[in-house]
Amino acid sequence: MEPSEAELIAAVLKGDSASFEPLVVKYSPRVFATARRYARRESEIEDIVQEVWLKAFDKLKTFRGEAPFEHWLMRMAVRTCYDFLRGHQRNRVSSFSEISEPEEDWLERFVAEPGNAAEDADAAKLLIDRVLEKLSPEARLVIQLLEIEDRSVKEIAEITGWSVPLVKVRAFRARGEMRKILARMTQDKYL
Amino acid sequence: MSLPELQKKLVAAARLKAPDERVPYAFEKRVMAQLAARAGADDWVFWSRGLWRAAASCVAVALLLGAVSLFQPKAPDSGKDLSQDFENTLLASADLPDNSTP
Repeated sequence: MEPSEAELIAAVLKGDSASFEPLVVKYSPRVFATARRYARRESEIEDIVQEVWLKAFDKLKTFRGEAPFEHWLMRMAVRTCYDFLRGHQRNRVSSFSEISEPEEDWLERFVAEPGNAAEDADAAKLLIDRVLEKLSPEARLVIQLLEIEDRSVKEIAEITGWSVPLVKVRAFRARGEMRKILARMTQDKYL
Repeated sequence: MSLPELQKKLVAAARLKAPDERVPYAFEKRVMAQLAARAGADDWVFWSRGLWRAAASCVAVALLLGAVSLFQPKAPDSGKDLSQDFENTLLASADLPDNSTP
C-alpha cells in the first residue's frame, strides 16, 4: 500500500528527503498550470515551478495539516508567481502595434458586431494574454484570481496574504487599469 | 466601441483557455537532484560559516585584549627592567642569609 500524503510529509520532516518525490510527481501538473497563467516562456515556467518546490521543501515544517497540502502548496505557487511578476516588469509599457493579423481581425469583428466576436477564438485568447502582460503585477494577480479563476475576495486574501479591504481596493484599481489598457489598444488601432 | 463589453469578452476568452498541466520529462528528478545538491552545499556552508565566526571571535578577543593593555594605567616604574626582576627572582634563594650556621 502506498503511503498517505501525511505519512510522506512526516517522513520528509524526519529527514527522509526521498519521500518528497511522490509529492512532486502528484502536484507538479497543477503547479505548472498555475505558473503558465503568469509566465509565457517555458524556461521561466520551469524556474518558477522549481522554486515553488524548493520553497515547499524548506517550509514544510510550517505546514500544520489543518488545510489540505494542495491548498498550502498552491498558495505558495501563486505567491511565487507574484514575486516573478514583480521581478519581470519590463516590456509592460509598449504599444499594441505588434498585434497579429488574426487579433486585429477579431477586434474589427468586435467593433463591427460585438455579439459575433467569439470568445473561444484563438485570437481573443492571444489578445487577453497581451492585455494581462501589460498590467501591473498586483492588477494582473487580482484579475487572474478574481475575474478569470472566479475566486472570492476572501479566498484571494488568504492566498495573497493581503487584507480583504486591500483586495477590494486592488480589484477596483485593476479593473480600471485593464480598461485603460484596452482603451489604449483600441485607440492605437481604431482612432 | 464598448470597453466594458470588450473587457467582459476577453475575460470570458481567458476563462475558456484550459490551463496546460504538461510537466517536462523527469522534472521531479531534477527537483530532487537540486534538493540533494543543496543539502551537500549546506554542509559546506555550515562549516565555512562556523570557521568564519570562530575567526571573527578570535580577532575580537585579540582587539579587546590589545585595547585593555593599551589603556591600562601603567604601574609606577620601580627603575628596574624585566631582566633585573627575573635575575632577582632567580637568585632570591642564593641572596637569603643563611641562618642555619651558628
